[in-house]
Amino acid sequence: MKFVAPRQLIFPGDVVATSDEVVEGAIYLDGNKYRAASIGLVEFREDKIVVVPLEGSYKPKQGDVVIGYVKDVLAMGWEIDIRAPFPAWLPLSEATSKYVDIERISLTSLLNIGDAVVATIKSIDLTDEFPVMLTLREGERLGKIESGIVYEISPVKVPRVIGKKGSMLSLLSELCDIIVGANGRIWAKCKSAEDELLLIKALAKIEAESHVAGLTDRVKALIESIKRAGQPRP
Amino acid sequence: MKQPPVPLLVEGKRADGRAPDQMREVKIEVGVVSNADGSAMVSYGNTVAVAAVYGPREMHPRHLSLPDRAVMRVRYHMAPFSTKDERKSPTPSRREIEISKVLREALEPAIFLEQFPRSRIDVFIEIVQADGSTRVASLTAASLALADAGIPMRDLVIGVSVGLINGVVVLDLNGLEDNYGEGDMPIGYMPNLGRFVLLQLDGAWTREQFAEALKLAIKGAEYVYGKAREALKAKYFEVAEEVAK
Repeated sequence: MKFVAPRQLIFPGDVVATSDEVVEGAIYLDGNKYRAASIGLVEFREDKIVVVPLEGSYKPKQGDVVIGYVKDVLAMGWEIDIRAPFPAWLPLSEATSKYVDIERISLTSLLNIGDAVVATIKSIDLTDEFPVMLTLREGERLGKIESGIVYEISPVKVPRVIGKKGSMLSLLSELCDIIVGANGRIWAKCKSAEDELLLIKALAKIEAESHVAGLTDRVKALIESIKRAGQPRP
Repeated sequence: MKQPPVPLLVEGKRADGRAPDQMREVKIEVGVVSNADGSAMVSYGNTVAVAAVYGPREMHPRHLSLPDRAVMRVRYHMAPFSTKDERKSPTPSRREIEISKVLREALEPAIFLEQFPRSRIDVFIEIVQADGSTRVASLTAASLALADAGIPMRDLVIGVSVGLINGVVVLDLNGLEDNYGEGDMPIGYMPNLGRFVLLQLDGAWTREQFAEALKLAIKGAEYVYGKAREALKAKYFEVAEEVAK
C-alpha cells in the first residue's frame, strides 16, 4: 500500500509505503513500513517508488567520476579533497603509466597543491588510512585540469544536471564542453565568457528549482531568452 | 522555597496569560546560517535557539574517529547577552557541557550514524535569548538543522518541556515558571515513531501527574512538529511559487 502521491514533499519519518511495495532512495525499513530518511521528493518510476533526497552530502562510490583539488603532496602520491567525509588518495602509480624517478623529479611537477583533477574512484576501503583510492588511468578525459572553470553545486542535484536520459546535459553541452563530477563539481570550458556566464546561471537555476516540475524546459527558455537578448539580430 | 514575584497560576491562568496546556508562540525558520550545511532557528516565546550543522566531514584528530560509525559532537552554548539579569559568562559552564551531552544522546538514536564511518557530524547550538525551556528548543532546532543538512535520520526530534506549578501540570515552562515552579520535565519525542529520546525530571511528582505530563508533552510535541513541517515546506514552496509566476 502506498501512502504518498507523485511529486510529494516528504520529511524524515514519514511513511512511504508498506514493505510489499518496491521503494528506493532515501528510505529505511521500520517493521513492515518504509519511511523516508531525509527531506525528499517522491517519484513514481514504472512500478517503483523513489524518494529523491533534496539535501545531502557526497557519498563516494566505486567508479564515480569526481573532480578534486590537491590538498597535499606526499612521498608517493597526493591527498585529494573530493568533498567526501573521508580523505582520498591518488598514488603516483595511478596518476601516470610512465616511469617516474622520484629521486630526480619532484611530484609537484606533475600535480601541485591547489591543482584540480578529474579522477575516477578506483576503490573504497574504510580500514585504510586513506579510505578512497583514486585513479587517472581507468576512464576517459581524466587528469589535471589545465583550463576552463569548476563550478560547485549540491551533490544531490547532480542527477538533475544530467536530466532524464541525459536531456539536461545535452542541452548544456550545446553551450560548453562539460564534465559533471558525481561529487557536485562541474568542469566546463566555453567558447566565450558570455557562454560561461550563461552556463553558471543555468546551473544555479537547476540547483535552486530542482524540485519543481518542468526544469529542462525552463532552463531551455532561460538560455534562449538570454541568447536572444545578448545577440540582437540586424 | 523561594516566593515568585507574581503568582504563577491564578484560576487556571498562568502568569503570562496562558492556559496550563498551551504552548508559547512557536516560530521556526530553516536555513538561517548560509555557511552551514544545515541550520534552523527555533523560538518558543522569548527563548530563541539557533542550530548549525556541519558534516559529515573528515574526523580530526583522526585517532578519535570510530571505525563503524560517525562521531557526533554537540555544543550547546548560551550567548553572553542571552540572559535577562546578569551577563552570562561565555565560558562553557558545567551546566552547558552537561546539556551538550544530553542533547547529543537525544539526537544520536534518530540519526543513521553507521552510514558514515570514520567521519564526524558537528552540531552547534547557540541560545540567543533564554527564557526557560532552552534545552528543548535547542533539540528541535538541532534536529531541523540535521534534516536541512540532508543527514539521513529516522525521524525529527521535537523537544518540549512540561512542569508542575501549584500541583498543576503545565506545558512549555517559561523562565519564571522554571525558576519558581515545583517541577520541570524536558522531553524529546519522535512524533512519527512515537518514541521518547530525552526524558529528564526534577521535583516531586505523583504517578498520576507524571502520566498526565507525558500525555501533555506528546500533545505539545505534535503541535511543534506541525510548525516544523510548515517551516521545512516553506523553504521549498517559496521557490516553487516564484517559478509559477
